[in-house]
Amino acid sequence: MEENLNIFIKSIFIDNMVFAYFLGMCSYLAVSKTVKTSTGLGIAVVFVLSITVPINYLAEKYLLAPGALSWLGDSFKEVDLSYLSFIIFIAIIASMVQLVEMFIEKVSPPLYSSLGIFLPLIAVNCAILGGALFMQEREYATIWEATSFGLGSGIGWMLAIVAIAAIREKLQYSHIPPALRGLGISFIITGLMGIAFMSFLGIKL
Amino acid sequence: MSKFSFLSGKIGKLFLAPFGDDNPITVKVLGICSALAVTVKIKPAFVMALSVTVVTAFSNLIISLLRNGIPSRIRIIVQLVVVALMVIIVDQFLKAFVYDVSKQLSVFVGLIITNCIIMGRLEAFALANKPFPSFIDGLGNGFGYGLILIVVAFFRELLGSGTIWGYSIIPASLYAKNNGFYVNNGLMILPPTALIIIGLIIWWQRSRRKNLIDIS
Repeated sequence: MEENLNIFIKSIFIDNMVFAYFLGMCSYLAVSKTVKTSTGLGIAVVFVLSITVPINYLAEKYLLAPGALSWLGDSFKEVDLSYLSFIIFIAIIASMVQLVEMFIEKVSPPLYSSLGIFLPLIAVNCAILGGALFMQEREYATIWEATSFGLGSGIGWMLAIVAIAAIREKLQYSHIPPALRGLGISFIITGLMGIAFMSFLGIKL
Repeated sequence: MSKFSFLSGKIGKLFLAPFGDDNPITVKVLGICSALAVTVKIKPAFVMALSVTVVTAFSNLIISLLRNGIPSRIRIIVQLVVVALMVIIVDQFLKAFVYDVSKQLSVFVGLIITNCIIMGRLEAFALANKPFPSFIDGLGNGFGYGLILIVVAFFRELLGSGTIWGYSIIPASLYAKNNGFYVNNGLMILPPTALIIIGLIIWWQRSRRKNLIDIS
């Protein structure tokens, strides 16, 4: 339990998807013009990450890792399918996003209409595939650890996009050199926020 | 004949535009995701740029060849599968020939799949154009992306580690540990600096090209 909590906190603040690894930057910069839309996208990312990371964990454990197919019988013990991991992960993510979209549409139309446009966009968000690949690289021991990692990094991503959106809303009233306006200043501010987040590095969990 | 004389006419324009006014990173804001974390040193940045160029060019070519046979409803899945296959080939190649760089790049090779440059070019160009121009467009965008990557990596490696491509540039006798005065700038090695350097590149580019300034 303690271990899960550590991973959760760590993936929100210390290994933040945006500030430490630059994942999901494209939608982070494109959709962060207002707080409202970026909250919507943030919630969708949290949702999808906390669903796809555990499923990819199961795929990794029972299908892809060296010797993972041993549950099929002794003759499969030597099989190593790890070179297929990219294609399996992206297929799982794309189909999960589609399923989640259909599910939400049936169960909660208001949530669907507020997330609507963002959900299909998420299939190609690097933060989602990045979550799966980091999960594979860090070799989490149990599915609970993988889930806390997925949930934590989703929340970290949401935190980042809501923060930058709030700053960008205020930026409209400030005097910025015309050439730096828009994209340039967003990059520099993200960099400064990243430096601020570096101060969490000192925390040992 | 003039159709194939390189760097002139339409094909040349397709190849050269991504270096300046149509740069995928600084103008179109694509493919920043997997790019910045690999720019601490020039060597991994160079390998990453080359891998992205190969994947972009060949998946552009393949999708362009298939463009009349893909139903538009499932095109995203088809594109993802083609790109994932190309990335698997590149990944296996890197693991076989430059293992140390492949270890340094870690998950970022896999993240080429979701690199927005590739999907962006497939959607915007390859689905509507003939194979040869698509291939050139992929090459151009890959190189335009690589250019920014290498410029950022150049500054970060020079100022952060005092080396270029692993060779020392700052004389060892100037360093503080050898009774000199010079200390490497540790801030340059931290990830956020890459963002700030790109911000400055955008600033420089837009103050030269007024038509790129966004009004919002």
